[in-house]
Amino acid sequence: MLKSRQDLKALTERAREALKKEKLRILICAGTGCVANGSLGVYEAFREELAKRSLPYKVELVQEVEHPATALNISGCHGFCQMGPLVRFEPQGVLYLKVKKEDVPEIIEEHILHNRLVERLLYHNPLTGQVVVREDDIPFYQNQVRIALEHCGRVNPEDINDYVAHGGYQALEKVLFEMTPDDIIKEVLDSGLRGRGGAGFPTGRKWAFARSAAGDKKYVICNGDEGDPGAFMDRSVMEGDPHRVLEGMMIAGYAIGADEGYIYVRAEYPLAVKRLKKAVADAEAIGLLGDRILGSDFSFRIHIKEGAGAFVCGEETALIASIEGQRGMPRPRPPFPAQSGLWGCPTIINNVETLANVAPIITRGANWFKQYGTPASPGTKTFALAGQVAHTGLVEVPMGITLREVVFNIGGGLRDGKEFKAVQIGGPSGGCLTEEHLDLPLDFDSLQKVGAMIGSGGMVVIGQDSCMVEVARFFMTFVQNESCGKCVPCREGTKRMLELLNKITTGKATEEDLSLLEELALVVKDGALCGLGKTAPNPVLTTLRYFRDEYEAHVREKKCPAGVCKALLSYFIDQEKCRGCGLCAKNCPVEAISGEKKQPHTIDLVKCIKCGTCMEKCKFGAVYTA
Amino acid sequence: MSAGKVTVDGHVVEINDARNILEVVRRAGIKLPTFCYHSELSVYGACRMCMVEVEGRGLVASCSTPPADGMVIHTSTPRTRRLRRMIIELLLANHDRECTSCERSGSCKLQQLARQMGVTEVRFGQRDKKLPVDNTSPSLVKNPNKCILCGDCVRMCKEVQGLGIWDFAFRGAKTQVTTAFGLPLAEVACVNCGQCVAVCPTGALTVKSEVDKVWEAIQDPGKVVVVQVAPAVRVAIGEEFGLLPGEKATGQMVAALKKLGFDRVFDTLFTADMTTIEEALELLGRLQNGGRLPLFTSCCPAWVKYAEQFHADLLENLSTCRSPQQMFGSLVKKYYAREIGKNPAEVVCVSVMPCTGKKFEARRPEFTTGGVPDVDFVLTTVELAQMIKEAGIVFNELEPEVFDNPLGMGSGAAVIYGASGGVMESVVRFISAHLSPGDVSRVDFYPVRGMQGIKEAEVETGGQTLRLAVVNGLANAEKLINRIKSGEAFYHAVEVMACPGGCLGGGGQPYPNNTASRLGRMKGLYALDRAEQLHRPQDNIFVTRALERWFGGPANANTHHSLHTRYYPRRRISGKPVEVNGRREEHPVEVSVCVGTNCYLKGSYDILNKFMTLARQMGIADYVQLKGTFCLEHCDRGVSIKVNDEIITNVTLDNAEEIFKTKIAIKAEPPWVV
Amino acid sequence: MEGTGRKFEKLQEIIARHEGKVSHLIAILQEVQQEYRYLPEEVLTYIATALNIPPAVVYGVATFYAQFSLVPKGKYVIRVCDGTACHVRGSEPIHFALRKELGLAEGQQTTGDLQFTVETVSCLGACGLAPVVTINDQEVHGQMTPEDVLRVLRAIKAGESQEERREAHA
Repeated sequence: MLKSRQDLKALTERAREALKKEKLRILICAGTGCVANGSLGVYEAFREELAKRSLPYKVELVQEVEHPATALNISGCHGFCQMGPLVRFEPQGVLYLKVKKEDVPEIIEEHILHNRLVERLLYHNPLTGQVVVREDDIPFYQNQVRIALEHCGRVNPEDINDYVAHGGYQALEKVLFEMTPDDIIKEVLDSGLRGRGGAGFPTGRKWAFARSAAGDKKYVICNGDEGDPGAFMDRSVMEGDPHRVLEGMMIAGYAIGADEGYIYVRAEYPLAVKRLKKAVADAEAIGLLGDRILGSDFSFRIHIKEGAGAFVCGEETALIASIEGQRGMPRPRPPFPAQSGLWGCPTIINNVETLANVAPIITRGANWFKQYGTPASPGTKTFALAGQVAHTGLVEVPMGITLREVVFNIGGGLRDGKEFKAVQIGGPSGGCLTEEHLDLPLDFDSLQKVGAMIGSGGMVVIGQDSCMVEVARFFMTFVQNESCGKCVPCREGTKRMLELLNKITTGKATEEDLSLLEELALVVKDGALCGLGKTAPNPVLTTLRYFRDEYEAHVREKKCPAGVCKALLSYFIDQEKCRGCGLCAKNCPVEAISGEKKQPHTIDLVKCIKCGTCMEKCKFGAVYTA
Repeated sequence: MSAGKVTVDGHVVEINDARNILEVVRRAGIKLPTFCYHSELSVYGACRMCMVEVEGRGLVASCSTPPADGMVIHTSTPRTRRLRRMIIELLLANHDRECTSCERSGSCKLQQLARQMGVTEVRFGQRDKKLPVDNTSPSLVKNPNKCILCGDCVRMCKEVQGLGIWDFAFRGAKTQVTTAFGLPLAEVACVNCGQCVAVCPTGALTVKSEVDKVWEAIQDPGKVVVVQVAPAVRVAIGEEFGLLPGEKATGQMVAALKKLGFDRVFDTLFTADMTTIEEALELLGRLQNGGRLPLFTSCCPAWVKYAEQFHADLLENLSTCRSPQQMFGSLVKKYYAREIGKNPAEVVCVSVMPCTGKKFEARRPEFTTGGVPDVDFVLTTVELAQMIKEAGIVFNELEPEVFDNPLGMGSGAAVIYGASGGVMESVVRFISAHLSPGDVSRVDFYPVRGMQGIKEAEVETGGQTLRLAVVNGLANAEKLINRIKSGEAFYHAVEVMACPGGCLGGGGQPYPNNTASRLGRMKGLYALDRAEQLHRPQDNIFVTRALERWFGGPANANTHHSLHTRYYPRRRISGKPVEVNGRREEHPVEVSVCVGTNCYLKGSYDILNKFMTLARQMGIADYVQLKGTFCLEHCDRGVSIKVNDEIITNVTLDNAEEIFKTKIAIKAEPPWVV
Repeated sequence: MEGTGRKFEKLQEIIARHEGKVSHLIAILQEVQQEYRYLPEEVLTYIATALNIPPAVVYGVATFYAQFSLVPKGKYVIRVCDGTACHVRGSEPIHFALRKELGLAEGQQTTGDLQFTVETVSCLGACGLAPVVTINDQEVHGQMTPEDVLRVLRAIKAGESQEERREAHA
């Protein structure tokens, strides 16, 4: 048990010494992706093999070695699956890819016993053919600045000593013994840190409200309900560096005068739940959580609450309702949680990534933090790069970097040589940006100006072969499903917006429907009760703004320019290719296909219901759409 | 609370402790449209109709935003108008728009606001799924296809009645307001108070109409149709014809009833006086004999059902007096019928009540004479108004008429039964005169009057101080009961009325049935009391004479048979039992252990576990089918179990083994026994 | 029959461990669903009794969250991720292929023999592997195609019938 500041210092020393003594460390990725590809088998193989040879090396399972492993997803390759499992050797930082169980004896033989690299398992730059040994030298990382993800892939998330050895809990020690709560709030205010979960509210201001709110009992809540489809940065931090999150919460608790905290985690993230629970138990075991931490007057406890599958619980008042055991329905604000939150007590709610930034701000200072990013949006932001981009994965970049840099320099442009069309940013609350925004700086305010938002940082790259109306329809389907159903604009409005979008994508809409869609979108934005509802129309409004011609083509010409909307396609048979086998006609459910045996067949477009069966059945590729 | 000034559409208004912008705006002479705002309930903020533009803050919901000094508010802007119209249009699109044939046509808030906002077209598709109508309750009908999900009923049932019968289920566009598991209303703990109907803005929750059956009875030449009218009806029925709440309309109401064709028009006041006498004597008896105290009133059928479901241990404390409605029915069927030479089946007793729970009460199996119900049909105030309208009777032009005798006479003490505290005040009036016959001075007993949820009073009488409590709203009743049970408070007598303000705020009263209307009706009732000649029940000689003639006086074995009743523990919810172990053999002994709240709190799950262990130990686990059931309705007698068809009560951990061996194991038939 | 007895004991144990706290309702439902594979109505009534809250409240919570099911789920719960990344890389055809293969009618999620349940999930956060399919939240299959997923399904079915044969043999 650590009972004083000196105890922690001693532990840090011991942990650092132990780390230094390790000549070699083998880190095997245990992220969701690598596990799916058998990294646990690789781990076992290493253990067995090392034991067999009586080698004293430590093997550890680590969250996704160098996040995101998918960043290695080079063009032409189909992605992470073929790249994982990943094995990293410390302290050299050598990274092996696509390691199989069978490779383990060879790696041990070569790398450990003979100090030779296994070249075939290293990263090969697809353009130059050059072999890259060290993970850090992979070009993908050169534009990144890692603060929130600093430790992910570098520390063992299941070992508190490893975190301490890497400077963990130094910030906590500093605030407990060298800073007053007001000092902390001032430092965080000075750093300009803004909430990474959505709207970008200044974190220090939130804390100051809660600090000045009346009440003996206060709470800190960490919002780990990362529900945006296509965003997984919070999951990575919770799985990869759970103690960083705890430390941020404890500092927040000390600053506002809270002695209890909750972490609300999506149920879809079982590994994050497991790691956080272990982290809490380990911190309690050595006295970093509990009563009178390190002998100070500060006591703090943390509970883990698992969500149960509701996107709206990312909204702070809904999240509070859910922690209280109720339906996750938001309530009107004011009162704000900082005045009256969990069980009516003053409560701050910060997102995972925000909290992960707190400890470094405290140890390194506001000025250090402000050197990154823009004056109004300092620091870095993590984005989940996905979609039709060559390199998908998590990227942490300084705020203010342009979209072009992220998509083309880091993301490597579009995959399969596709042409860039748009980026959907900020998930269902965000909007679609186009080519004209490629040089837009990525920060809270610039994005808001063009109708999008950083949201939690999902970034989906869309190529020319995607239909923007269909993209809007996809997001509307999502929010429609996830609406809590409380307020009329969101419950009924999203339902009717989806209805209108369905009409448009099936060619049944009129000009009036298009203007009705716009009017309705504005009403939902104006009238909805919570952030989910207020931002739900963003995908529709931004696509209407930047891709209106696509909507108009669906409505006026009943055509989908990208050829995506099935109902607007017509099926034809290529008379050259057709051999007249009759398979299509036999399988057509409405007898729309006719033709003599061994003669080219034709489709009656009036009868055709566009089910696509003929295309599926044809062995000669003769059926096409237009 | 705050002070300062705000500007509403250019006019400066004092904040003056207004809770929200809505209230301030109202003071500026503007009534913002709302569906989900009720000053009595918590703020929900979901309909978004009341949104206004505040300079510097954009659109805010006025119901949930407190005013701040210097705020500049605009209530009618292009954005607020666009929003309100669109909300109406969205609600209408999802609404079953059979408006012309809807019960609430004319009093529907959706209809009214659609007109007010000038919505004349719905540009969206229809409701995609028609849900079944729940017709199972004797009192209420739920039509989910007309529900706009404002949640008023949910909050009313939870916050005011403490019941939580309704709640939201599912989410998004699939959200519904429903009972637990969507069970029929008749199979859950609903007490039929109808307060959900009172706040429902549309036809989603309505009162189950008995109008047609009453018409049928009136038109049947073989039947003598007798009607009784409860006190709270007379101060509310006028609202249906343009009068203000509380404005006196008794004479016109009687005239209308006669015009409708009722053969005798009697007054429930008659049996209200009789109830007071019986109940007051019951209280005095308990005081004298050391009987169970406090004595709870039992006039309110919702409260009685509530007590049966949630407080089986208090049933002994309930007055055994039937409610005035049922005393009346009993008198009509048992005595009056005989006097006019009819058998009970030839006399139809109709009652007009402010209450929806009375429809349930009239159907209780205890309340029958010669196989027919004492009260055949119950109309609410609104249903009676409906009949008057249907018959084309011009209510406001009617010449006032008086009730028929002998059952048409009541004292002022009976009139005030319609208000919360009225029953208690009547009892006080009776007792003080009864114990000191010379004292005729005190008639009014103010401490129990008013809309307040819990009222306490003391009264000196016969050398004794009686501690009294009066509550309205079942959530308040629950609070009081908890205080009584914990020993924190003691009372000699407690009046409970389920509806806010008492019967005058009943679920069968005209719309709007809000605090303002209720206050008006309350004022009206006390004004009627003042105008009456008699103020004490014992001064009503028609009542004392009837007691003498039919029963040989009050509070004896005869009145006990006809005017009193008893209560039964009642299960809260129907449904399947929890399977504890499946069965292997074809004819196992079926053992159900009650895990309803009462038995659960007494540790019935331990008994269940014990049985399970015993069955395993004795090797007969395959021959015993164990289940946990929800209430065997013997809540007042310890933990209950049911073995095949036999109910065994007072099972404890101590006697569980013996009961298992002698009552259960013996019936299990393992092959080796045969 | 021992099975149901155990379940009931477990149910009591779960409620006791959470000290009957209403704020733990969601956690209680999660753990109970693990035992029963769904949330039977009578069990929810039992929980309402034990927590002393109206059963309608429990029903409201149980129907709000996507994780809870009030009807029995299949032995194998197959979840197709339909998050943005999976969607743009073709999760829909995978979902259709599964439903078609299992003969699920519209609105039906579970096969009649209670072997398979097919669901979509908004995002599993494994976007780098898109499109993703999980089996009983244990196995994660990334980069799926309709053909791949049918292969996975058939492998499960084959394993099942083998097990059946073994059982029949025994």
